[in-house]
Amino acid sequence: MYTDKVIEHFRHPHNMGKLDDYSAIGKVGNIVCGDVMWLYIKVEKDEQGREIIADISWETFGCTAAIATSSMSSEIAKGKTLDAAIAITNREVAEGLGGLPPVKMHCSALAADALNEAIYAYLAEAGREIPPILARRHDRISKEVIALEERYRAFPEAEESAT
Amino acid sequence: MLLRILISAYQCQSVALGRRGDLRRSVMRTPVHLTNRTNLVSFLQVIYMMKQIYLDNSATTAVAPEVMEAMAPFFSAEYGNASSLHGFGLRTRHAMEKSREEIADTLQASPAEIVFTSGATEANNLAIQGAARARPNRRHLIISKIEHHSVLHTCQWMETQGYEVTYLDVDRSGAIDLDELRGAIRDETLLVSIMAGNNEIGTLAPISEIGAICREKGVLFHTDAVQAYGKIPLPIETVDLLSVSAHKLSGPKGVGLLFVRKKTPLLSIVHGGEHEQGRRSGTENVPGIIGMAAAARLSFGEMEETAARLRGYRKQLIAEIAAIPGTQLNGHETESLHHIANFSFQGIEGESMVMKLDEHGIAVSTGSACSSPNLEPSHVLVALRIPLAMAHGSLRISTGRQTTAEEIDTLLKFLPRVVEELRVISPFKVGE
Repeated sequence: MYTDKVIEHFRHPHNMGKLDDYSAIGKVGNIVCGDVMWLYIKVEKDEQGREIIADISWETFGCTAAIATSSMSSEIAKGKTLDAAIAITNREVAEGLGGLPPVKMHCSALAADALNEAIYAYLAEAGREIPPILARRHDRISKEVIALEERYRAFPEAEESAT
Repeated sequence: MLLRILISAYQCQSVALGRRGDLRRSVMRTPVHLTNRTNLVSFLQVIYMMKQIYLDNSATTAVAPEVMEAMAPFFSAEYGNASSLHGFGLRTRHAMEKSREEIADTLQASPAEIVFTSGATEANNLAIQGAARARPNRRHLIISKIEHHSVLHTCQWMETQGYEVTYLDVDRSGAIDLDELRGAIRDETLLVSIMAGNNEIGTLAPISEIGAICREKGVLFHTDAVQAYGKIPLPIETVDLLSVSAHKLSGPKGVGLLFVRKKTPLLSIVHGGEHEQGRRSGTENVPGIIGMAAAARLSFGEMEETAARLRGYRKQLIAEIAAIPGTQLNGHETESLHHIANFSFQGIEGESMVMKLDEHGIAVSTGSACSSPNLEPSHVLVALRIPLAMAHGSLRISTGRQTTAEEIDTLLKFLPRVVEELRVISPFKVGE
């Protein structure tokens, strides 16, 4: 079902954990639907004065594909300028892993969305102008969160916590 | 070439001493020219198989050697069609009818009450649809919310055909309320279908009491006994219809049966040569039936001993897994099949747990959404009203007659590590 590359990233995930000193965080997914990713980025200026993702890390609740795409997307984004990082697509993440089963493609979308949200949060917090593509995606992601909550309203709430 | 084989075997052995899962990876990465040698591959697979721990016996079981042995002649030497009049056919029929008697004995039934099918999915379909055809005026069905898909989806389809279905709620342990059942039965109720032991959480239903209520109210009672048959004694005096599958009890896949109590109204849903007294057409799967009888013999012969052993494993699993923080048992601690134990682990997802355990050669299953084709969590766990986040982190461990104490210890050694590894990755930390 999974490629060797997916298994490799699942078993030895890169950039996993929480950064001590991060510039922004992108939180996507919903625990009731089984996928959550928190992405931390540290933005710094490179020698040419361009803003780059100097460091990146993530924490993910999810299946094998969700964990592997978290790892792969962080690898792709690391060291990239913000503009280049914005351009990263979920297809690129999936291709980096040698492909994903069709039913798991949404996991790669989760990783791309988390990156989008982290950069959005960074620019928004700094009061900077948000590139239109970033703003559009942010709108879509926010709408999806509402749709998910709607969809799972019928399911039982977290009535009790585990012992 | 020989040198290559020896090197590969040596590598595999040494890897096997390390992490079990790496062995399979190394087998999968065997150079192409070696994978062309089928004998080498099967040789490596044999080594690989020996290192596996199979704890998914609710999904299916290994066919026992004595079952294979009993079946073997019926593929080649005794291949006659049981409907034929010549010697080949008569010998086959004789063997098949002997199997029918043996199986009937295990249910304290008469041979005429056993209808062989292609498995329990067909048996469940036959029970519900066949009874509906025989009593077309009764347009109401009652099932629980935790029935197997072969009952649940059949009833959902019946709804599209104008039937009304009552889906009984279950409590946190998976038990229905008998008063609610009693209250749900109406004049036009055709049948009540409640599984004897749940396939995901193991919870047992009081089938004697349910059957008595159905008798009293004059409705049919069907029970899906796929997980319970051959595992525990089944009191079926009040059961009208009962489904069994061979491959859950060390028998072959593709064969099962429906017990149909004498005088129970039932019409065939598969038409053709009028086999099985006109209740199920299609040439009987004789090797399969012989195998199912052999598997029943085996299971009933060692029932008490196996049950005691597996009950001990279940107790041990419940006690030791409870020691991992943020876990819960799904189902009932005691009113349960002894071979199924289902747990949830807070903050982590079931599919990744299954994959991590598979690295160590341990096979279990999950009711998580990510493992299902429609990305919905198991309907059984949802019906128990387990918080969705916990349903995603579920793990089903199902033991079998070949499970050893050492295998349980190995699982319990790796499981806390796997949980810890995934919790480190997860944003949801337990105890924070």
